[in-house]
Amino acid sequence: MTINRTNRKGSAVVTVPNDTDIVVTRRFDAPAALLFKAYTTPELVKRWWGFEGSQWVVCEIDLRVGGQWRFVTREQTPDGEIEVGFHGEYREIEAPHRLVSTEVFEGVPDAEALDIVTFDEAGGVTTMTMTVRHSCREHRDAHLAAGMESGLQVSLDRLEDAAIGLAAA
Amino acid sequence: MFTAVAEASRRDLLDAIGTDEVTVGELVDRTGLTQPQVSKHLAVLREVGLVTVRVDGRRRWYRVNGAALRTIHDWVRAFERTWNARLDRLDDVVAELQHQERHT
Repeated sequence: MTINRTNRKGSAVVTVPNDTDIVVTRRFDAPAALLFKAYTTPELVKRWWGFEGSQWVVCEIDLRVGGQWRFVTREQTPDGEIEVGFHGEYREIEAPHRLVSTEVFEGVPDAEALDIVTFDEAGGVTTMTMTVRHSCREHRDAHLAAGMESGLQVSLDRLEDAAIGLAAA
Repeated sequence: MFTAVAEASRRDLLDAIGTDEVTVGELVDRTGLTQPQVSKHLAVLREVGLVTVRVDGRRRWYRVNGAALRTIHDWVRAFERTWNARLDRLDDVVAELQHQERHT
C-alpha cells in the first residue's frame, strides 16, 4: 500500500503577534503521539533539532514537571568552532497534546523564555503550534535577531535549496 | 521594533508613504485616518527608526527608512528558515516512526 503524503516541506510559518511572542506553526501528516515522542526522546531529537552540520554534545531530557532539559551542539562558523547551549525546566506535560517548558539560551542567560508547544490532531493531520514567550520585547527581538548573526544562514539556505530540489524531483 | 509594524494601521501608513516623501496632510488624504491618528503612528514609527523626517521651513516631510524595514523582514525570515529546516527533519522522523509502526 502506498501512502500519499502531502508535501509540507518548507511550510512552517513564523509570526510575531505581539510584543513578547514568536509563534511557529506547521502541519504534519502524523498522529500527535508520534510528534510528541519525536519531540521528547533524545535519540529522536538529535535527528531534527539543531542546525545543519550540528554535532551533538549534550541531549538530555528529564520528562517530568520540574525536570530539566539541556541541548548543546557544536557548530562550525567562519570564526571557528563554537558550542551552542540551551536548557530549561518542564512546567506542564500533557502528553501528547501539550508541553510547556522554560528555555534559556546559555549565551544570554538572563533572557529566560517560556516555550508552549501544542499538537492538535484532526483527521490524521496534526497542527503543531510553538509559542516562544519572552518577558520583554528586547529579549524577544534579540532572539529573532540571533538567527541573522549565527553565521549558519548560508548553510540553511543551501539546505532549503536541497529540500526544494528533492521535492521537485 | 516589531510592535511598531504589528499594528495594521501603522503598516497601512508605511504602505501609504511607499517610496514617496510626504506630509501628514497627504497621509490623511491617502489613508482616511484623522490627523491626530496619523501623527501618533508617525511618532511611533520615527521612534523606532522606521520613518525619517526632514524639516523644510514649516513643513515636515516623512519618508520610510527602507533599510530598517528590511532588517525586521530579514529577522523573521531567518528565524522561519531555521525552523522550516528543523521541522522538515522532524517530518522525516515521524514519517519513519509511522512506517515502523505499520510494519511491527
